[in-house]
Order: sequence, then structure tokens, then C-alpha cells
Amino acid sequence: MSGDAHVDDPAGTSPPRVSIEDLTKYYGQTLVLDEVFLDVAHHEVVCLIGASGSGKSTLLRCINQLVPFDYGTIRLDGVPIDDASFGKTGLRKRIGIVFQAYNLFPHMNVLENVTLAPRKVHGAERRAAEANAHRLLELLGMSAFADKYPEQLSGGQQQRVAIVRALATDPDVLLLDEVTAALDPELIGGVLDVIRDLKAQGMTMVIVTHEMGFAREVADRVCFLEEGRIIEQGPPSQLLVDPEQPQTRRFLQRIIDAGRL
Amino acid sequence: MSAERAAPPDGSRRAGPRPPVKATLTPKERYLPALISVVSTVVVFGALWRVVTSAENWPLIQRQFFNVDAMRDALPMVWRGFLINMGVWVVALLIIALLGVVIAIFRSLTGPWAAPLRVFAVIYIDLLRGVPSILLVLLFGLGVPALNLPGVTDSRLFWGSVALILGYTAYTSEVYRSGIEAVPDGQRAAAKALGLTQWQVLRYSILPQAVRNVVPALLNLAVALQKDVALLSVIGAREAVREAQIFTARTFNFSSYIVATGLFLLATIPMARLTDWVTRRDQERRLQRTL
Repeated sequence: MSGDAHVDDPAGTSPPRVSIEDLTKYYGQTLVLDEVFLDVAHHEVVCLIGASGSGKSTLLRCINQLVPFDYGTIRLDGVPIDDASFGKTGLRKRIGIVFQAYNLFPHMNVLENVTLAPRKVHGAERRAAEANAHRLLELLGMSAFADKYPEQLSGGQQQRVAIVRALATDPDVLLLDEVTAALDPELIGGVLDVIRDLKAQGMTMVIVTHEMGFAREVADRVCFLEEGRIIEQGPPSQLLVDPEQPQTRRFLQRIIDAGRL
Repeated sequence: MSAERAAPPDGSRRAGPRPPVKATLTPKERYLPALISVVSTVVVFGALWRVVTSAENWPLIQRQFFNVDAMRDALPMVWRGFLINMGVWVVALLIIALLGVVIAIFRSLTGPWAAPLRVFAVIYIDLLRGVPSILLVLLFGLGVPALNLPGVTDSRLFWGSVALILGYTAYTSEVYRSGIEAVPDGQRAAAKALGLTQWQVLRYSILPQAVRNVVPALLNLAVALQKDVALLSVIGAREAVREAQIFTARTFNFSSYIVATGLFLLATIPMARLTDWVTRRDQERRLQRTL
């Protein structure tokens, strides 16, 4: 299992940014992650694809310790996540995540949403945090909305604010969990543009997506999951075009039949 | 058959231009409904008034309950007592609002180290919510002063108020908890994902939303407490009801109770209206969010 999981591990001297070994998780009696091995190199963009319930989202949530796992190890730059140096909030300080449902805080305006973690978790001064927030909002074309509340924004705008919120703490890795799945079709493009820009800037990302066209364009590597296992992984030009495993082929065929590739 | 016969007029009306909507109502259309409402209400209540006041015992009732002289005599005492009611109410509200949050937080904490706090919260709520308020007031208001504990006040009013506070805190914490549970899971996940500690997640994400969720329910409890402060009369605290009782015992006239009734209504009706208004505004806010 571990043998073929490390194919794309660059033979560099530094440890991979994220290294997942033998990750296993149960929800009650149900096995949701089954001995997952996955390394993510610096500046690499990895897309996780697979049917609903294949364990993609759970894998993301395990990476930043939002949910506990039963077995295995996760390392960030070679340091295991239970290391005392991470403090009691674990990896979450250094790994950002953006959710399908945005999950902005409805009682805070955009600026407050974005500056909360820099100020309360990373100890930034209000002025510095706000300046940084304005800079990021500007970059994502949201500077006009700093004083607005989430319910005054469209889904696409909310999702961009959620991305800014995750970026405001300058994370080492950004996790994106089906960030366009809840958006109206005409709003998806703007959010995908933001992710393209992040890739261009060298952000390390793990992306769960159903947008196969986008995965093909933005991913350095695509992993196909089924029943909690990584069945196959490789560059998108290979995995999304000519996969080796029959399960992967079957999955892609269903996507193609649905007209989504 | 009959449907066919009925069809032509309908059909022709639908085919032709719609009749213009009248922009203004005629005075008759505008004022007649209001006039009918006023007249019919006056008639009904006037008739009731006639029936009641023409009853054989009405003069007796009037003398015993609505005696203006007696009311004037009782008012200063009852008013002084009523100020105590309102004072206890305001202080108790502030303490309950804070203590309720604390108990609700204890109950919603996770992790093995928080187990004692969780158990404490569950036992506290079960006990104090399950006992009649009057029993708590008697137990604390008469019981604690009887112990003659050194360094502790033996004021019945104080200990009776403590009983009310403890009892209402149990209800209030359950209201807060329902508000906490109504905050979507995604909010907790998002806050946690930003690296906030468990306490910060509560402080910045969960509690502000939870409190906003339950403001109407909290106001309802506040109105209930406004009246329950009168329970302090059973331990002899000289609040409005007790003062009215003393007056009645002295004069064999119940008008002092009517004075107390009037004072309570002056306080509770505006509070109830405020609650209605806040509740309505809250519903509109939720409706807007779902649209």
C-alpha cells in the first residue's frame, strides 16, 4: 500500500509539507478512511475526487484535526501533529480550510470575520490585521464589501470572503472542501479564478472537488478515493484520461455520462 | 350543463380589460368597519357592566374591593413594597442572565476534564427545575436564616431572593442551551478550523448567535419572574403583596389587593408588549434570512 502511494513524492531533501501515513478512521462501526497514505509536496496542488461518501471530506477534516482519527500519523513539515510545539489547537493554526457552506459568522461583518483569527489566535494588532484583511479583500475583488454582513452577500461573494478568512492567517496549506458545490453556476467561475491565482502564487492546496474540468486544469496530482481508500493517483492528464484501475474508469464514465467532464 | 351556463359571463369578464382598481376608498368603506367595531365593543361591554353593577351584591363588592378611600390609604405601603419587588426583580434578572450562561456553558462543554462541570450542571438543573418555586423560597428564606450561620446575613428577603435566582437560573440555562444547540455545526467547525480554542469558539462564534436566538424566550422568563417575586410574601418579606395582606388583615377590606394588582399590571403589560414586539422582529429577521 505505502509503496505505490509515494510515487509522486519528490526526491527532495526537505520532508513533504503534509505527510499522511496509514490514516484510518471509523464513524462508529463504519470504516470511512482505510489506511490512507498521501504526501503533499511544497506548492503542490492535490485534488481528491470520488463519489459522495468515499471519504474525501473526512480526509480533509482529519488533516487539520477537525475530526479525530483512530490510527495513523499526519506530519506537517516532518513534525507529527501531536507534537507539543503545535499547542492545543494542533495544526489548525497553520492549515486553513474553506467549507462548501462558507460558514461565515453571521453576527460579524466581513472585516470582523476575516480579522478574528489573526487577532485572537495569532495575536496580531487590530490595525495590522485590518490592513492585511483589506489587502486580501482587494486581491479577491471584495474590498467594497468589508462592512457588509454575510446575509447581504451572494453565495459566490460569501465563498470568496471565506477564502480570504482562511488566507488571513497565512496558512502553510489550504484545504478546500467542495467550495463551489453550493454555488449557482454563474458564480462558480469567480471562485475558481481565485483558486487559480492561489496556485500561481505557490499555495499548497488539497482540493475536494466535483469540477473535473477544473481539477484537470489546476491539479498537479489527482487522487481517486473509493470506500475510504486511495484507489489510484497520478497527474490529471493520465488519471482523468486513461486511468489504470477499473473503479476509477467506472467513476469517470459516470461523470462523463452526466456531462460533467 | 350548469357549468356551461355559468361560463359566458366569467369568460367575457376574463377576456375583456380588467376593471380599474379604485385608488381611494370612499369614506363609507374606510370608516364603516371601524365604526362597527367601536359600537359593537361598547355595546357588549356596556351590557356586561350593567349586568355586573345591577347585581344584588355589587355594592358589597364595590365596598370590599374597589373602595377608593381604602385604596388611597393602602397605596403608600403597597407602593413601597412594590419598589422592593421591582428592585429584587432587576437585580435577580442581571444575576440570572449571567449565571444561566455559566451553567449552560458547563453543560455544553466537551472533554473528560469538563465532566465534573457537566455533571454539576445536569444535577443543578434537574434539582432546581423540578422543585416548585414556593418550596425553594420557603426552604431558603426561612431555612437559612434559622441556621444562624456566623458571618452570613439572616435577612429573609435576601435568602428568598437567592432561592428565586437559583430556580430561575435553572430555567434560563436550559433556554441558553437550546440557543447554543440551535447554532449550526458548521459555525463551530469554522471557528475551530481557524485555530480558536474551545473557549474562544464559544465566546466569539457560538454564544453571540445563541443569545440572539433566545432573546424572546429570555424575555418571557423575565415577565414570569416579575410576578414570581411576589412569592417572597410567603416568608414575610414586606413586598407589595405582603403589604396588601397586612392592610387587609387590619381593615377587612380587599381594596389593597386591587392596588397591588394594578401596580403589577402596570409593570407586566409593557414587558409583555415588549416581548411580543421583540419576538415579531426576531421572526421577521429569520424570515428575511431564509428568503
